[in-house]
Amino acid sequence: MRISEVRDILQAEILCGEHMLDLEVKSACGADLMSDVLAFVKDQSVLLTGLINPQVIRTAEMMDMRCIVFVRGKFPDAQIVEMAKEKDIVLMHTKLRMYTACGRLYSAGLIGMECV
Amino acid sequence: MDPVHLHFDIDGSDFTAAGEASSEVKRVLRRLGFDGEIIRRCAICMYEGEINMVIHASGGRAEVYIDSSSIVMELVDMGPGIPDIDLAMQEGYSTASQDIRELGFGAGMGLPNMKKYSDEMKIESEVGKGTAIYMRINA
Repeated sequence: MRISEVRDILQAEILCGEHMLDLEVKSACGADLMSDVLAFVKDQSVLLTGLINPQVIRTAEMMDMRCIVFVRGKFPDAQIVEMAKEKDIVLMHTKLRMYTACGRLYSAGLIGMECV
Repeated sequence: MDPVHLHFDIDGSDFTAAGEASSEVKRVLRRLGFDGEIIRRCAICMYEGEINMVIHASGGRAEVYIDSSSIVMELVDMGPGIPDIDLAMQEGYSTASQDIRELGFGAGMGLPNMKKYSDEMKIESEVGKGTAIYMRINA
């Protein structure tokens, strides 16, 4: 799925990284706990989260994730957006709740990780 | 390749800056042409260590030694120390404050993660003196 499709499915607004909307993403995960992202995520390229702080960007950077979706209408400040720009990470935000946002993407074929 | 040594002073007062050293390690490893999975494991270990130093120990220092066979990360702080290392190594055990949990950390996964993603990990800690962590990842 292309990042532009993620945007469309989630009726999301792009906050930075417009030039990367054609990138393909293969799987996603939803988490508000960055510790869990670091512990359990493998090869996921989209992170959906309701957490807003610079360590969300940093976590995505460490995990090679290309796109972060802020759910529940959360809006990051300019410093966070600037950091994402530097790291070449697409940021978008949607008014959808976490469960709904994940469900829509999953239904559209963007899978998660199987239990290990 | 010639061995590379990186030194970082980790600022314990700035949660926003936590992870800058990890970011730099990642950048250097990529430039040196290491495998993507190795780079990610190093990044996770280093980042968890950095976050821990900021959360628990008011910062510290990190030495990273890179050569073609391995990446060694040594993280040293002068924080409160770990009274019971076996307990601290258990998944889910954390002494982090509610404030830290609200920032998305403090789930008790930091040390277990560092062990999981490294090939060798050693912890030396003395209460009231500080903690030293050694991690090696084979390239």
